[in-house]
Amino acid sequence: MNATARRGSGWTPWLYLAPALVVLAGLLVYPLYQLGLISFLEYTQAQVSGGEPTTFKGLGNYATLFGDPQFWQVLLATVVFAAACVLATLSLGCALAVLLTRIRAVPRLALMMAALGAWATPAITGSTVWVFLFDPDFGPVNKLLGLGDHSWTYGRYSAFALVLLEVVWCSFPFVMVTVYAGIRAIPAEVLEAASLDGASRWRIWRSVMAPMLRPILVVVTIQSVIWDFKIFTQIYVMTNGGGIAGQNLVLNVYAYQKAFASSQYSLGSAIGVVMLLILLSVTLVHLRLLRRQGEEL
Amino acid sequence: MTFVRRPWRLAAEVSALLIALAVAFPLYWMVLSAFKPAGEIQSAEARPWTLSPSLDSFRRVFEQQEFGRYFLNSLVVASIVVIASALIAFLAATAVTRFRFTFRTTLLIMFLVAQMVPVEALTIPLFFLMRDLGQLNTLGSLILPHIAFSLPFAVWMLRGFVKAVPEALEEAAYIDGASRTRFLWQILFPLVFPGLVATSVFSFISTWNDFLFAKSFIISDTSQSTLPMALLVFFKPEENDWGGIMAASTVMTVPVLVFFVLVQRRLVSGLGGAVKD
Repeated sequence: MNATARRGSGWTPWLYLAPALVVLAGLLVYPLYQLGLISFLEYTQAQVSGGEPTTFKGLGNYATLFGDPQFWQVLLATVVFAAACVLATLSLGCALAVLLTRIRAVPRLALMMAALGAWATPAITGSTVWVFLFDPDFGPVNKLLGLGDHSWTYGRYSAFALVLLEVVWCSFPFVMVTVYAGIRAIPAEVLEAASLDGASRWRIWRSVMAPMLRPILVVVTIQSVIWDFKIFTQIYVMTNGGGIAGQNLVLNVYAYQKAFASSQYSLGSAIGVVMLLILLSVTLVHLRLLRRQGEEL
Repeated sequence: MTFVRRPWRLAAEVSALLIALAVAFPLYWMVLSAFKPAGEIQSAEARPWTLSPSLDSFRRVFEQQEFGRYFLNSLVVASIVVIASALIAFLAATAVTRFRFTFRTTLLIMFLVAQMVPVEALTIPLFFLMRDLGQLNTLGSLILPHIAFSLPFAVWMLRGFVKAVPEALEEAAYIDGASRTRFLWQILFPLVFPGLVATSVFSFISTWNDFLFAKSFIISDTSQSTLPMALLVFFKPEENDWGGIMAASTVMTVPVLVFFVLVQRRLVSGLGGAVKD
């Protein structure tokens, strides 16, 4: 790197960075600022159309939000639902990654292709297909299980369970492929040396493979947490906008409904700020974990 | 893993095949239902095959609501986003890996943090921004935000690929009299291309799949709608047209599947590279 530095780079890196910085400033940083600003204002349809002047409400929107029992219910549902999705996705993904290392090429290719198919499926078509599979009238699942016209989306928990199945189906492949790539990257000599030294399979996993896979596991865990926490499409499509009487709302859908269905843009923004702060703290944990591994940025 | 004994391996292989079947089943059912004639979809028994495939559902899809136009819109948005974000991210990744300058680490951390911003939370301010820019109800309102949101991840991922190109190569190029620009586009760019492909998968998919922005920003001019919105047309309050929904879903899924299969190898190695780094 010294050699490059000696060439007197000066403003060249900033020239290369300029397009990225301009785009990010205009379409990420500025909207972030706006989001914070709107959450402190009185901003409804009247203000948008210019009928009434915008007024500063301070923390009023947050007071309204935190005083609403539905907000706390939605927040709890979001956290529990995301945690369940992450746990299920990670355990299935890791288990299948290990399975992939134990089998010959043909079954491995079959599983890889099937997983890539699920991974490639857009969230919205995945949602429509899973709703159809569990449709009370024409879906194959009810017929197979002999459940008659039992509706999966009617009950709160069965609706969440159905969405969870879809989410795990479309997000385990990322974990599986990444962890599998990580396992394959461990040099065979290391594993052979360990088994020659008489280490048991469990011991090899715990003392050799797990520490080497740690950076990858951190990355896939954090990614899954972020994806599953801000889930929107699946809930919106599968439970038709948040379920009966909003029983299946998660934060993201809740914010959308508040802003675009009932024109309470400032409340929607306040929910957005809450989501942002929660995910930001997840990011800080991520950074600390990376730092502890001594990764050079 | 040579130390796995044979019966165990056979059991593992059988379960792998069964899992593969289960994972592929929803997609199989989607395609199957798209080809089933209407009578079979609504029949009392759900048969996992059809003896009289028909194109009726597809015909309905393409006749209704200018579906072809929506498809084209989705394709235009995704292509522009993929190309623009790949080029911009390539430049930025080169800057942060091949140069040392003040604020370099700060910038990297900012890219990481930016990646974590839940884009969905920004729908409201972006809605007003697009309105002020006069982009509401145009494809631009989908293209601009998606370029911005795929950038941080793309930069972070490309970093590993750019870093992997040996320093000595750069030196040699300069000694041979290549300019910085020439090195960038004629030497570095082709070498980093596999990484760009792996990265573009992510921006393509997040753009192609986008439902929230498409639903929020294209509100009155349906000629600018993208595929996800077209799909919802077939959900009707009285009775869903499942044949139509499945045919439309198939049409929307196939391009992504093709794209995935094409870049599959690069994707796996790309992920390995990005994560190992």
